[in-house]
Amino acid sequence: MARHVTTQRRAINSAAAWTVALMLFFPILWTVLTSFKPEAQAVASPPIFLGFDWTLQNYVDVNEQRDYFRYFVNSVIIALGSTALGLVLAIPAAWSMAFVPGRKTKDLLMWMLSTKMMPAVGVLVPIYLLFKTLGLLDTRVGLVVVLTLMNLPIIVWMLYTYFKEIPGEILEAARMDGATLKSEILYVLTPMAVPGIASTVLLNIILAWNEAFWTINLTVTDAAPLTKFISGFSSPQGLFYAKLSAASTMAIAPILIMGWFSQKQLVRGLTFGAVK
Amino acid sequence: MTVSLRALLGATAFVALTGVAMAETTITVATVNNGDMIRMQGLMDDFYAKNPDIKVEWVTLEENVLRQNVTTDIATNGGQYDVLTIGTYEVPIWGKQGWLASLNDLPADYDVDDLLPAIRGGLTVDGNLMASPFYGESSMVMYRKDLMDAAGLTMSDAPTWTEIEAAAKAMTDKSKEQYGICLRGKAGWGENMAFLTAMSNSFGARWFDEAWVPQFDQPEWKATLETYLRVMTEYGPPGASNNGFNENLTLFQQGKCGMWIDATVAASFVTGKDSTVADKVGFALAPDNGLGKRGNWLWAWSLAIPASSQKQDAAKAFINWATNKDYLALVASKEGWANVPPGTRTSLYSNPEYASIPFAKMTIDSINAADPNAPTVKPVPYVGVQFVAIPEFQGLGTSVGQEFSAALAGQKSVDEALAAAQALVTDEMTAAGYIK
Repeated sequence: MARHVTTQRRAINSAAAWTVALMLFFPILWTVLTSFKPEAQAVASPPIFLGFDWTLQNYVDVNEQRDYFRYFVNSVIIALGSTALGLVLAIPAAWSMAFVPGRKTKDLLMWMLSTKMMPAVGVLVPIYLLFKTLGLLDTRVGLVVVLTLMNLPIIVWMLYTYFKEIPGEILEAARMDGATLKSEILYVLTPMAVPGIASTVLLNIILAWNEAFWTINLTVTDAAPLTKFISGFSSPQGLFYAKLSAASTMAIAPILIMGWFSQKQLVRGLTFGAVK
Repeated sequence: MTVSLRALLGATAFVALTGVAMAETTITVATVNNGDMIRMQGLMDDFYAKNPDIKVEWVTLEENVLRQNVTTDIATNGGQYDVLTIGTYEVPIWGKQGWLASLNDLPADYDVDDLLPAIRGGLTVDGNLMASPFYGESSMVMYRKDLMDAAGLTMSDAPTWTEIEAAAKAMTDKSKEQYGICLRGKAGWGENMAFLTAMSNSFGARWFDEAWVPQFDQPEWKATLETYLRVMTEYGPPGASNNGFNENLTLFQQGKCGMWIDATVAASFVTGKDSTVADKVGFALAPDNGLGKRGNWLWAWSLAIPASSQKQDAAKAFINWATNKDYLALVASKEGWANVPPGTRTSLYSNPEYASIPFAKMTIDSINAADPNAPTVKPVPYVGVQFVAIPEFQGLGTSVGQEFSAALAGQKSVDEALAAAQALVTDEMTAAGYIK
């Protein structure tokens, strides 16, 4: 009986998990399917799921209209650059908060997080003017800096959480063996927190890759990433959903593939220290 | 020194000198994604042949994203763009702000007097041409001739709203998913409010009186909204509150609409290869109520130069090429007259080849029937047929559009929607200082 209940519960859990997973995945599946439809069938009512005239024409049109590779390279540089710079700044910050906390550490962490609550458009004009003065408009360097600052609170929070799980005694032992602060962070703390750092890196790359507000507003042509590439395929008059879907599929494909291959690492990092 | 080394050095020096002589000016053109603009990008070889020292970088963006990007850049004097694609709504506002460079000094072959007077009037600020029209449009009735014949009705070239309602009733057969009329219902200042504001003009309504007092509590607006909701509820498609231009285009192309009142540029789509009813479409002017104003709008996508651009000469050369009569002839030679950007030049409509296109006459008649400087029956303090050319209108239009869209969805009555519109517009206009 107990075994029967367990099996039944397992089946229900599996069904629930599959349902949620399909619900989450369906918009992506629909985008991919739409990208292979002729424009007229992309907006057909009732919607056509699989029985449409499959075509690659949308991908041909998208590539004829825009240089995908240029946008792709910009996205890679901006996502990797902002992640690397973010880690360089966040690891020491998270170390100090986790192992040498002060009276206001918690408040500081909350304040950092609260900066994410402000609507980005509220500071668009000041940042635009600052970038103009510094000559950073439409540059990859400018976007790396701004995306680093946007995601820094999340990186610090995640690393802080992972570092808190590492026993302070291990670091103390390293210190007693003569390790300098730099050696302690580089050779003792960082290797132990690799799963957490890896998931932080992955999450930050995804956030930077998908960031649309700043990447669209602070770029024109030279530094424009894939978010700007997609934006150009929406049309006020005329059918555009199939081409827009093709552009979206091309834009999300790299990050989906990266997520697929690194999902183990991502889940391991996100659940790091969750079960004791 | 060997001969080959000398030759190499000589070639290098020649290339370097040529590079200096042919120094390129790169201009950045911001544009929306529509068929005419994409076609222009494919014809750039002609521009480069005539202007070998100018290179064009294109930035194509979704309409609202473009508006936000360009507004930020112009307001901060960023200078990132050299040519902008802007609508008739922005030109008077940005021109008054001093954000745009005057185009009065375009070369003689531009032939400014050839521009359609209504379009030119909407792009002129204090006597200065601030943008050059790339294509212009009005709105008109597109209807199914076969369904009208089957119902024993004839559409006049200049119908009234009474005729439209009778035709909608006669063509509706919901059991066959055939709806007498399709109109915009999706909320937005450029969506349902473009249609409803233009429609209200033909009912004698107006957004504001001469003292900027909102007029949604007046009987003319009530008559407008009651008519709109009645025809859409009884003869329109289900879920119409989600339908904008593209959704209605799809419905019409699939043969589900008896009539569609919308942009004149839709004529080429409903008679194009994607339409199942391409050979059954007739055209008529937007309806009126015998008050002297029709329910048609006026819009143009135009090219302008921000005052912050450092490359104004090159930008003007580009605009002259893209909006010149020669460009229309170029498109016609490559893609046929039906694909020429419409609604900008008088000479196009006097061209017999273009005049033979089925929707050409009705397009020009519709454009000529709109007057952005006197859009309504009663006097108003603003410019604009389907919009009010003040910076606050984007927000106001969308908020009011949400109220009217909710009424179409059955969530509000006519009186509730109008009262809410009156209250919110009064609040905003008071806060903005228009109402003392």
